[in-house]
Amino acid sequence: MLKFLLEKEFKQIFRNPFIPKLILFMPVMMLLIMPWAANQEIKNIKLSVIDNDHSTYSERLINKTIASGYFTLEDVSSSNSEALKSIESGKADIILEIEPEFENNLVKTGIAEVMISANAVNGTKGGLGSAYLAAIMADFADDINTEWGRNVDKLNNASINIVPHNMYNLYLDYKVFMVPALVVMLLTMIAGFLPALNIVGEKETGTIEQMNVTPVKRIIFILGKLIPYWIIGFVVLSICFILAALIYGIYPVGSILTIYFYASVYILVVSGLGLVISNYSDTMQQAMFVMFFFMLILILLSGLFTPVSSMPEWAQFISKINPLSYFIQVMRSIYLKGSGISELLPQLLALSTFAVVFNGWAVLSYRKSG
Amino acid sequence: MSAVSVENISKKYDKVTALQKISFEADAGEIFGIIGPDGAGKTTLFRILTTLLLADEGSASVDGKDVVKDYKEIRREIGYMPGRFSLYQDLTVEENLEFFATIFNTTIEENYHLIEDIYKQIEPFKKRRAGKLSGGMKQKLALCCALIHKPTVLFLDEPTTGVDPVSRKEFWDMLKKLKEQNISILVSTPYMDEASLCDRIAFIQNGRFLKIDTPSGIISQFGEKLWAVEGNDMYKLLLDLRNNGHVKSSFTFGDNIHITVDDSLTIEELKKYLTDTGHTNIEVHPIVPTIEDCFMQITENKENERNSN
Repeated sequence: MLKFLLEKEFKQIFRNPFIPKLILFMPVMMLLIMPWAANQEIKNIKLSVIDNDHSTYSERLINKTIASGYFTLEDVSSSNSEALKSIESGKADIILEIEPEFENNLVKTGIAEVMISANAVNGTKGGLGSAYLAAIMADFADDINTEWGRNVDKLNNASINIVPHNMYNLYLDYKVFMVPALVVMLLTMIAGFLPALNIVGEKETGTIEQMNVTPVKRIIFILGKLIPYWIIGFVVLSICFILAALIYGIYPVGSILTIYFYASVYILVVSGLGLVISNYSDTMQQAMFVMFFFMLILILLSGLFTPVSSMPEWAQFISKINPLSYFIQVMRSIYLKGSGISELLPQLLALSTFAVVFNGWAVLSYRKSG
Repeated sequence: MSAVSVENISKKYDKVTALQKISFEADAGEIFGIIGPDGAGKTTLFRILTTLLLADEGSASVDGKDVVKDYKEIRREIGYMPGRFSLYQDLTVEENLEFFATIFNTTIEENYHLIEDIYKQIEPFKKRRAGKLSGGMKQKLALCCALIHKPTVLFLDEPTTGVDPVSRKEFWDMLKKLKEQNISILVSTPYMDEASLCDRIAFIQNGRFLKIDTPSGIISQFGEKLWAVEGNDMYKLLLDLRNNGHVKSSFTFGDNIHITVDDSLTIEELKKYLTDTGHTNIEVHPIVPTIEDCFMQITENKENERNSN
């Protein structure tokens, strides 16, 4: 019986003018575009400098700033108002103003002033830009002081030098970080939401009614809906691995079998969630909106784009009941650290619990109306 | 054994009563028609009998099996054709038929004799997707799919709604042939002219059965003088007829008006009355009542009963 249902389902999927293309294009586009766009490292901050001193030291400072690689020198203005104009017109993101007696003050007292003004419309860029700049200033001051052989004030100078070392992802490459997470998103949509939409679609066209008067059991009918998308989910997963390796050279450090194992548990979770939604929706429109709502919340609170640890406590709590965040943890750990099942037991436990809860809920919420 | 037996079935949706204490028996091998306007409760009744819906109270059995307890067996033995076309539109004619044959664990060949007459008409289009068929062909395909597992009872919910007159006639011819194959048929329709093609009919309105009888039985019980009246100004004619004390009821039927009158009135008197009120080209002649006349009479009597209570 199941065989015939699957046969029918595959026929319908491949005959659909849209779904097969979606299945192929979605992973390709997501993997090609998103890792570049979702890069959170700030580079190429446009800098406008007002050098009121025109001395060797001020020049050294400017050169040091540019040499850091984070900034590009957009223009050198003669006055503050001119520099502000270039911020207004969007030419510059940040202004560095050097006081007239910069060199003199620096040589004489060891203390000189610069002013940093940042355009904070893009908060991340402004904040990070000023922080980078401040760090460069401090470094510069250190250099000068050492050159002149004095220790102005030991207490005020940073005596602890922080050297960041990004473990597992040495250069903090966001692509390595994003790709495994994107795969999770794809799997959620294909294995969780497509079959649910399909079931609601049958409700809408009334074909489910015709199926209900046949001897086909409900469970067989649902399996007939889910299995094709499970298979498609795994195909897409494999496409993603190949693309990640080919385009970005990203290979999982851990075992690929572990990934497939966790993926199959995760697929159960999202199909269960999809079924719950399909049970409560009568039309595709309803189902789409509910899924859109869940998708947004689940993704934003999953740690996909921003780390969970920097969220407020209530959001951290939500991310604890968010299956997406567990699978993202799993994917990143396997890809970057090479973790095995033994290290990822808590996640396995959490995902299995979700699978039981959602599928149980799906069974309970499906009440035979006849 | 009766094909369908219903006892005191009631169903409510929130506050709307869809069915109210319905009882009837449909015998094996007969075409039982359920006739009534839209919203009378026909589809609800069908959904209860095809195990898709639970009744609030009462019991029903199909082919001797209870619709609640033995729903699994019933699903194996009945054929249901919902009012709305419910086959897979993206599968072809042939694929739909094959699919429904396989899920009933049978093959097209096994029961081909049942559907042969119908299927032959849509066979030229067997590679066409079901969604691309015309209305009449869709109905024929749906009937084939409902028949492919050789059901004992066939439920047809408004099978001819939205189908052209020629296809409608063909459809009813097919039902007669199926009856010869000993398949009991329960069919609902809003068209009164189809009622006379059933063996027995039940009038349904507002969730109640008004009358169950053979079409000829219902017509013979009409028991009143029925005339058809024609004139130039039909609307004024209707108003004037309703003003006449001897006219008991008057309804527009296509291009003439059917009226029932009390015995004292003669055709000449009526003509004179109408001429006096300014009508021209008046024609009045007695007619044999149709099922529709009977339905109008029965519903009106029920209204009056309710109003006098």
